[in-house]
Amino acid sequence: MIMKVSDSMTSPEDILSVEHLSMRFGGLMAINDLSFTARRGEITALIGPNGAGKTTVFNCITGFYKPTMGMIRMTRQNGEEHLLERLPDFIITRDAKVARTFQNIRLFSGLTVLENLLVAQHNKLMRASGYTLLGLLGSPIYKREAKKAIEKAAHWLERADLLDRADDPAGDLSYGAQRRLEIARAMCTDPELLCLDEPAAGLNPKESLALNTLLRSIRDEGTSLLLIEHDMSVVMEISDHVVVLEYGQKISDGTPEHVKNDPKVIAAYLGVDDDEVDEAISEVESLDGGQGA
Amino acid sequence: MANTVLDTPATEGSLVGKAIKEALFTGVMTLGLFLLYIGFRTDQDISNTPIVYGRPGLLAIFVAIAAVGRFLMVVFVQPLLKARKEAKAAAVVQDREATFFKKHILKFALVALIFYPPVIVSLYGFQGSLKFVDNFGIQILIYVMLAWGLNIVVGLAGLLDLGYVAFYAVGAYSYALLSSYYGLSFWVLLPISGILAAFWGMILGFPVLRLRGDYLAIVTLAFGEIIRLVLINWTDVTKGTFGVSSIPKATLFGIPFDASPNGFAKMFGLPMSSAYYKIFLFYLILVLCLITAYVTIRLRRMPVGRAWEALREDEIACRSLGINTVTTKLTAFSIGAMFGGFAGSFFAARQGFVSPESFVFMESAVILAIVVLGGMGSLTGIAVAAIVMTGGTELLREMEFLKHFFGPDFTPELYRMLLFGLAMVVVMILKPRGFVGSREPSAFLREKKAVSGSFTKEGHG
Repeated sequence: MIMKVSDSMTSPEDILSVEHLSMRFGGLMAINDLSFTARRGEITALIGPNGAGKTTVFNCITGFYKPTMGMIRMTRQNGEEHLLERLPDFIITRDAKVARTFQNIRLFSGLTVLENLLVAQHNKLMRASGYTLLGLLGSPIYKREAKKAIEKAAHWLERADLLDRADDPAGDLSYGAQRRLEIARAMCTDPELLCLDEPAAGLNPKESLALNTLLRSIRDEGTSLLLIEHDMSVVMEISDHVVVLEYGQKISDGTPEHVKNDPKVIAAYLGVDDDEVDEAISEVESLDGGQGA
Repeated sequence: MANTVLDTPATEGSLVGKAIKEALFTGVMTLGLFLLYIGFRTDQDISNTPIVYGRPGLLAIFVAIAAVGRFLMVVFVQPLLKARKEAKAAAVVQDREATFFKKHILKFALVALIFYPPVIVSLYGFQGSLKFVDNFGIQILIYVMLAWGLNIVVGLAGLLDLGYVAFYAVGAYSYALLSSYYGLSFWVLLPISGILAAFWGMILGFPVLRLRGDYLAIVTLAFGEIIRLVLINWTDVTKGTFGVSSIPKATLFGIPFDASPNGFAKMFGLPMSSAYYKIFLFYLILVLCLITAYVTIRLRRMPVGRAWEALREDEIACRSLGINTVTTKLTAFSIGAMFGGFAGSFFAARQGFVSPESFVFMESAVILAIVVLGGMGSLTGIAVAAIVMTGGTELLREMEFLKHFFGPDFTPELYRMLLFGLAMVVVMILKPRGFVGSREPSAFLREKKAVSGSFTKEGHG
């Protein structure tokens, strides 16, 4: 589904707009009428308590689930628009340029680190090898492209601080290194939007810090990020925009500061009753009023 | 260090003591287990009253075997295995500097294969060489080729295919039928058989794409049976169980291998012998095998080959990287099937006769066993496994001397499957990942390091 941007409602700086997304599993409404946007060149974080439906949103965006209702619009840099809810998963990565990582790491553990990154460049190499035929005959175009692919892989290995492990099996890496490799692998597909499902889970503070630097540098080079994260230090530190989910619905949306002070969010995370939320809201409002006066 | 020296005699003594204790325990266990099964035998007499015989002698033999076996296991076998394990751990460092022989083993093997027929002929004469070239050479190479073909599907793409023999059958019948109905030559039909088999590989591929693991295995098994049953029952075309006979032989650049004046023997002024054709076939299947190996090695370094291996490791991750898993699986099925088809048409040209009997499930199982035994994905390992499995069964036919021990009625071939199964169990215990368990990376940045088998996955279908 490619459309030229012309009369669309979204502004050009919105890379991803999710509109009225609902996902139902049997009797369970995992996502209920969710709308939010992610802006180009920003890090958007999707947070919420366990079971809020964050990973379900991710699976809908990346095509692993077909949403029951709603629309997911991806606007590429060149103006192409893709309606992700209609595309099969591999086309979302290939044509709509949305890459993802997984909550439980999914590397090709029996392939080497380098090979993992080469698999990620499959479509480009496939074209260069004339869909295998020219490559089998030893075409120079393929040889050149294969060399370029290795250079690109080496670039991302360096960025992920894995260069000296390039020829080791991916399954042999430590947990933190596997997380970094998964991000590097996703980046090798040349995405415009990178979706990370809990990239900081299981990392120690030092690794977490290095991850922040990596993600920021990826953003500064022009790839927008959408991430699910539990680690608030990561979220508050690096995101430009935070969307909070609870029970499949959006309860807050804004800058990290705004979200941090939103009583609804505090209530969702601390788990208080509804009337207490109202109480908290009125309290905050009265405080604001007091300060104003 | 002093401690260990002092300890050695003590451990030796305690080892025997431990062994005796375990042997006694095993004996008691065996006694308990077999007391009622072996120790007594019930029967009935003429008035249907039960009689119980005691069989203390037999029971004692069972108990003794178990106890002595346990004793030997503890005293001799276990220390041996332990020592081997330790030696292996210590040898890892030296392994890198492979010896000259080890490095060039494949070249040696190829040279040996090329010179195999002339050496055999010079040793046994043309007539005597038939058995060695045909039974050992060609037979083994056919299985090598089939196993290498199946390796693409099972070893690389991780799709468990129990019906591979169907493509072998498609290839064989393509040649048999098209040559007898339309008189086309072997060299025209060889590629056509491969293409037809690849086509059937895709036909099989489409419905099973959504299936994984056990379900995939069952459907491929059914597919193999369907092809065989069609061959049996479509009697108008395939002549059913009678099979297709007098299939034309392959020719060498148009020179037939027969007694005619244009035949190979007359042309070169050689005495008539059927050995020329067999030797020609040997080289033909050798070339076909080499093509299979070459294409497989090249494909592994192509994006599609890497995608196959990635598919074996994790299909969902493949999809998340923009790989079309449908076409990737279909190419694996069809390329694997194509090599099966080539082997099939060669088989038909060699036998001069095909019938559905040759394409039973057992053949699929043997080919799959060769792939698993050799180490999934490893061409060298699979070739070794093919030699062991097919060569081993052929050797059993030669074991005529066993009749001296077991009497003239003893036919060693009948024990073939028993030994086959036993060998597989032993190999799988000692080498659970097959003869060659490690995989060679398809690309490297600084240094090529083999990936240990413990990291690779078998695929989930």
